Amino acid sequence: MFFTYLRRELRRRRKAALVVASGLALGIALVIVVNSVSSGMGKAQDKVLESLYGLGTDMTVTKAAAAEGSQQERPRFEFDAQDNDSEEEQSSDRVMVQGFQTLASSTVDKVGAQDGVSDAVGGLSLQVIKVSGQFRRGEFQQEGDGGQQGLPGGGMQSPEGRVEGGGAEFDVNNYSVYGTDVTEPALGPLTSSKITSGRTFKSSETNAKVVVADASYAKEKELKVGSTVTVKGTKFEVIGIATPESGDAAANLYVPLKQAQTLSDSKNKVTTIYVKATDSQRIDAVKSAIQKNISGTTVTTSADLADTVSGSLSTASDLASSVGKWLSIAVLVAAFLVAGLLTSSAVSRRVREFGTLKALGWKSGRVTRQVVGEAVVNGLVGGVLGIAVGLAGAYAVTAISPTLEAQLGSTGGGFGGGPGGGGMGGPAAQQASSALEVALTAPVSATTITLAVGLAVAGGLIAGAFGGWRASRLRPADALRRVE
Amino acid sequence: MYELRNVTKLYTRGKETVHALDGVDLTIADGDRLVIQGPTGGGKSTLLQMLGGLDRPTSGEVVLDGTDLAKLSEAKLTGVRSENIGFVFQSFNLIPTLTAQENVETALVPLGVKVKDRRERAAEALRSVGLGERLTHLPSEMSGGQQQRVAIARALVKQPKVLLADEPTGNLDESMRDEIMDVLERMWKEFGLTFIMVTHDSSIAKKAPRLATIRKGKISVKENAGS
Repeated sequence: MFFTYLRRELRRRRKAALVVASGLALGIALVIVVNSVSSGMGKAQDKVLESLYGLGTDMTVTKAAAAEGSQQERPRFEFDAQDNDSEEEQSSDRVMVQGFQTLASSTVDKVGAQDGVSDAVGGLSLQVIKVSGQFRRGEFQQEGDGGQQGLPGGGMQSPEGRVEGGGAEFDVNNYSVYGTDVTEPALGPLTSSKITSGRTFKSSETNAKVVVADASYAKEKELKVGSTVTVKGTKFEVIGIATPESGDAAANLYVPLKQAQTLSDSKNKVTTIYVKATDSQRIDAVKSAIQKNISGTTVTTSADLADTVSGSLSTASDLASSVGKWLSIAVLVAAFLVAGLLTSSAVSRRVREFGTLKALGWKSGRVTRQVVGEAVVNGLVGGVLGIAVGLAGAYAVTAISPTLEAQLGSTGGGFGGGPGGGGMGGPAAQQASSALEVALTAPVSATTITLAVGLAVAGGLIAGAFGGWRASRLRPADALRRVE
Repeated sequence: MYELRNVTKLYTRGKETVHALDGVDLTIADGDRLVIQGPTGGGKSTLLQMLGGLDRPTSGEVVLDGTDLAKLSEAKLTGVRSENIGFVFQSFNLIPTLTAQENVETALVPLGVKVKDRRERAAEALRSVGLGERLTHLPSEMSGGQQQRVAIARALVKQPKVLLADEPTGNLDESMRDEIMDVLERMWKEFGLTFIMVTHDSSIAKKAPRLATIRKGKISVKENAGS
């Protein structure tokens, strides 16, 4: 009888049932879309952070920025002028530690020994500036009697004339080199790239003259596996080409850490320590412990880095988490309220019906169950509709894949890898000033669907509670008297 | 057997207190057929509601087979209604979405009768009021007389001790009225019910063996020797 009665009543009041179900469906669909878009935003941010940190890194440790006035010396290049007919190219390169003050390699072990640290790996970020070209002497042309070669001498009477020819023509090549700990391939910036040609470092190649080149840089410089790259006079063999999974690469070239230290005269020094925590819930505690126990360090977690993300990704993320969330809540509350009021009003219209059933001996509980049952089925119909619309919405977002831009480090000013720049760690600093484009997806998780079903049932129960409360309070005599 | 002792029911309308029943004493033996008459607002329906356990008196006792209905809990009163009392209303009060058979079944639901048994008994009750061919019809597909016969079948399907009818022919034309009265009279005789009916119809009242008249909450009963 329960189901027969329920089915017939819903069919009889299908317009009202559709209004209630549609309201709930709208709210539930919004919750699904907002939830899935938020999840997509989270994934997009993770992707951005991964491109900076590499997979598995929970935080980086760097040395705090140097005080003003203690900036590194500017690189100097000295070239002698050559004869005018000389075709010989002159070249000079300078390798500098990039961005931060260096930390002693022993700090890596200290960090690794902190409570809650699963693994710690050091890296050295270098900037190479190579200047190459020709510098020729000019020739003095004397006017009048055929001229006298050479520069104007002292003591002699200065002949009249002018210097012709000579001059300098130089190319400046600026690229980054990252010294990576080849014994710990699972941590560090190279993990954000995929080896698309050749191989990565072997753990035995701690001081080998081998290099992994970033795909874009390799293309620009026409490097292939087996090619040779010369850095500050040292020849390195290209063993692999790495393509970043997203965003830009952390460096143009990756070399074993010891080689990087030798190139930059930074023996036993690192710029960045990549840290993996034992438990993602303990990241803040680990950060505090490192800052407390190892003075003068700056610890940057993924969350800190995420705070510096701006641009359309950040704006959309803020919109999804604030406007989207509150809009969903507002629509849901409105839908619940409307469902409740419509159910209550339906009970008012059925006073005689319920009064009669109570006169026949139906207990209040049975009448209430009938009302609640109808409301819950209404809610479930709304839930199914809402899930369908929500899934379609999420699918549409994923299909369109709007591109969001993540601007990193625009808030601080401490980014951008120049000497003295502080704040973020190593390659992150280089990346910080760049904008990354990430395609937005809207993945719908089982949790979101469970939440939607829960909301549908809750909506039905709330609506049923409104109506059921009225029905339960109905006294048969009053109900019958009111309509006689 | 009903025994009403000094039953009073007061209603408040704004600042005014209305005596719907004013010290009513009444005894109705098992198997009696009592017709209640009186002007509109005189207290007829209120008395019927007291007898049916749909309402409680302000003071006094409404005793059915030794139990004072006024003192029963809501749950027990509901139990008495579901087992012992059948109702027939002027407006039929059928559930519009349920078929004739399902409407009759609603009276058996609170008694916990199994579905199959419930269907059989409902069909049998409808056949006994001449609606064997209308089991699957909705109320909207039936005439007023047919709807009232469904209501009678619903009241009687549980074989109650008491049948209370509140102007059962009030919404019917003359031919329908006679048809319904014939059914009710036949059922009363067949089942040995205590049958109490409120009516405005004098022609029906004349035929009743006992006639109670209520005016301003006061009752007077007379035996009708001619019936």
